Amino acid sequence: MRAPRGSGTATGGAPLPLLVPALIGLAFLVLPLVALLLRAPWSSMPGLLTGTEVWQALRLSLICATAATVVSMVIGVPLAWLLARVEFPGRGLVRALVTLPLVLPPVVGGVALLMALGRNGVVGQWLDSWFGITLPFTTTGVIIAEAFVAMPFLVISVEGTLRAADPRYEEAATTLGASRFTAFRRVTLPLIAPGIAAGAVLAWARALGEFGATITFAGNFPGRTQTMPLAVYLALQNDPEAAIALSLVLLAVSIAVLAGLRDRWMTAS
Amino acid sequence: MTRTTRRYGRILQVTGAGVAALLALSACSSSGPDSGGESAASARAGVSGTVNVFAAASLTESFTELGRQFEKEHPGTEVVFNFGGSDSLAAGITSGAPADVFASASPRTMKTVTDAGAAEGTPVTFVRNGLEIATLPGNPDRIASLKDLTGDGLKVVLCDRTVPCGAAAEKALTAAGLELTPVSYEEDVKSALNKVVLKEADAAVVYRTDVRAAGDKVEGVEFPEAAEAVNDYPITLLKDAPNAGAGKAFIELVRSAEGRKALTGAGFTAP
Repeated sequence: MRAPRGSGTATGGAPLPLLVPALIGLAFLVLPLVALLLRAPWSSMPGLLTGTEVWQALRLSLICATAATVVSMVIGVPLAWLLARVEFPGRGLVRALVTLPLVLPPVVGGVALLMALGRNGVVGQWLDSWFGITLPFTTTGVIIAEAFVAMPFLVISVEGTLRAADPRYEEAATTLGASRFTAFRRVTLPLIAPGIAAGAVLAWARALGEFGATITFAGNFPGRTQTMPLAVYLALQNDPEAAIALSLVLLAVSIAVLAGLRDRWMTAS
Repeated sequence: MTRTTRRYGRILQVTGAGVAALLALSACSSSGPDSGGESAASARAGVSGTVNVFAAASLTESFTELGRQFEKEHPGTEVVFNFGGSDSLAAGITSGAPADVFASASPRTMKTVTDAGAAEGTPVTFVRNGLEIATLPGNPDRIASLKDLTGDGLKVVLCDRTVPCGAAAEKALTAAGLELTPVSYEEDVKSALNKVVLKEADAAVVYRTDVRAAGDKVEGVEFPEAAEAVNDYPITLLKDAPNAGAGKAFIELVRSAEGRKALTGAGFTAP
């Protein structure tokens, strides 16, 4: 579905004060990518990418980013609904707290997760002594770290969509006898689906590139917690060419997935 | 125009085309227009101005102390440190970062600098560092040797092979004929240590200096195989040093009896 024709998409006559910074902005974002492609060690690429660790890391990255997105959706959408639809004291503060992981340096986020959910953490010590569950150094730990960092993107996106959506549809449904939950499930959810999709894509992309919180909370072990960004970082220590090759694989895969999703879900929004 | 072309030509020559793009970044972050005229004048006048010292992360505590001492001995000087992984520091130097002194945690990284012709003279080894096992305070798992780390149910973290402490640990394990599967290969020695400090891991193989710096948050256990993986720390003045006079004076302080005292106090051994 394309945007309706009309004033919004009129071509020709883009005013220079907008066009020039727009093109600078585009160049600013694309140039590092182009540089990466130009300097990529194309001839030695096949040799650099044949190791099993590469594909192991890529597979783990995709699985964990997807799982983190699912976790974010399951608990993030209700949280967004709460923030947008329910009046309660301190709502502004809660909203600020939700966005905290956005400003927290991810490494600090990782340390905070260790202090909360680590073997010796505030909650983690009980998980360990009651259920024998320890999260650091596990794949579950990777998913938790990624969800922690990525969920705010989804919550903000969904909350914005909810605020823009007309609450009268929900009200009409409840007037007609639906419970508030049914109204949410049958009316609100379909209404905000594009917003959820957009938020999920953002969260997925953020989770895929996550480094700091992951390596701090989950450590780095090939096949278990070593995702692509970790593999790239470590390769950078003594083999920059391998690091560039790995980054390109991650880029190619994420662009393919994002382009595919965009065509499917996001054109409506 | 020709000047910039020449400059880029040199960078490319030195670092190799494949990595220049990445290195440009680190060069930017560390360069900053240091007033070249001023430092050239001060070099004539003796020891003054800003000294830029690029040093391995493990030297943070001892060099910071020596820097303060240097500033006291030479009023009008300021020592600016750039502590980091030796590899990335070396990459910054070979791509033209304006540093006066480079102190590396391994001869291998120093070699990339000397190979690129960026060092002035021959680097000298000024200290050595060795490995130690860091355990939880009080050593509750009664770890007494490298072999004890291979025990069941023990969470051990090592540095990744790509960083010097990981390479050293691997050498020691090979010398001991041991196979050790850690829960994580950490990205640098401090994060390996922190896993023990935060009690997430039961033990880590780190440098003796890191154990010392952590105070009573960890307990160090020495092991004989550490002798197989001793790290030499070379230091050198750099060819393009903006403030060579003060750089030389700083190296003298590091190699003096005073400097030795500060370094051995941090857990280093004399070469």
